Amino acid sequence: MQEIINIFVKSIFIDNMIFAFFLGMCSYLAVSKTVKTSMGLGIAVVFVLLITVPLNYIIDNYLLKEGALAWISPKFATIDLSYLSFIIFIAVIAAMVQLVEMFVEKTSPVLYAQLGIFLPLIAVNCAILGASLFMQERQYNNLGEVTGFALGSGIGWLLAIVGIAAIREKLRYSQIPAPLKGLGITFIITGLMAIAFMSFLGIKL
Amino acid sequence: MAGFNFKLIKNPLSKENPITVQVLGICSALAVTAKLQPAFVMALSVTVVVALSNVIISLLRNTIPPRIRIIVQLVVVSLLVILVDQVLKAFVYDVSKQLSVFVGLIITNCIVMGRLEAFAMSNKPLDSFLDGIGNGLGYAIILITLGVVRELFGSGSLWGYQIIPDSFYEMGYQNNSLMIMPPMALILVGIIIWVHRARNKDLCEK
Repeated sequence: MQEIINIFVKSIFIDNMIFAFFLGMCSYLAVSKTVKTSMGLGIAVVFVLLITVPLNYIIDNYLLKEGALAWISPKFATIDLSYLSFIIFIAVIAAMVQLVEMFVEKTSPVLYAQLGIFLPLIAVNCAILGASLFMQERQYNNLGEVTGFALGSGIGWLLAIVGIAAIREKLRYSQIPAPLKGLGITFIITGLMAIAFMSFLGIKL
Repeated sequence: MAGFNFKLIKNPLSKENPITVQVLGICSALAVTAKLQPAFVMALSVTVVVALSNVIISLLRNTIPPRIRIIVQLVVVSLLVILVDQVLKAFVYDVSKQLSVFVGLIITNCIVMGRLEAFAMSNKPLDSFLDGIGNGLGYAIILITLGVVRELFGSGSLWGYQIIPDSFYEMGYQNNSLMIMPPMALILVGIIIWVHRARNKDLCEK
């Protein structure tokens, strides 16, 4: 249990998706103009990460890894399908996003109205595929750790986008040199936020 | 060759640069540029993937049903990325280790999807190929600039070879280790955008 909490906290603050790995920058820059919409996108990302990363973990462990097919028959123990992981992961993500969208539309129209427009965007958000690939690279031990990692990185991403959106709302009233307006200043502020997040690096978990 | 449109290559280098103007493909641009060599390899891989996927989608553009076009695009792109990944693993294994997940992330690199949606779906294969090459090169320029600056000031070397002589270090010169940390990449891109827009006034945002 302690291991899971460690991974959870670590993936929020130390290995933050945006500040340490720049994943999901495109939607981070495009959708962070107001706090309300960025909150919607952030929640949608947490939601999709929580579903796709554990699912991809199961697929990776029982189908793709070297020797993973041994459960069907010992003859398959030498097969290594991990070169297929990119295409399988992205297919799972695209399919799950579609399913989640249909499910939310049927069951909760309120939630759909809030998340609806963001869900299709998420299939091509690098944070989602990135989390699955990191999960594969870091070799977590069990499903609990993977879920902790998925939830943590989602919340880390949510924190980052809501933070920058709040700053950008205030920035509208400040005087910025014309060439730096908009994109330029957003980058520099994200850099400064990342420096602040670097202070978590010293924490050993 | 008739209809060989050089504008398609020239425009993305500055006026329509994918990173600083279209704001596409930032994720990988920042993460792989702490050293010049991985930045160069990454730029080359992205150029190859954009150009080839543009051609393939452009050839298929009239047969793809619009409703499922995203899935079709993702499948084509991820096929190409798997090929690139296998080639990198076979020939430059060290670099492929350094790039780690970012080769896979070319699939969701917004440059690829953005160009497929904006250009290849409505243009002929040759034009799409040139557009892909142009955007790949525009991306490469930024990556290589970032790679040079970050490696030179962060590690005192270029392409792994030491550039700043030992006598400097003896006089008390120190590498700026902030340069190889993630935040500096963001700030450097901010500065590049600033300089670029200061020279092209019409690109400024209101």
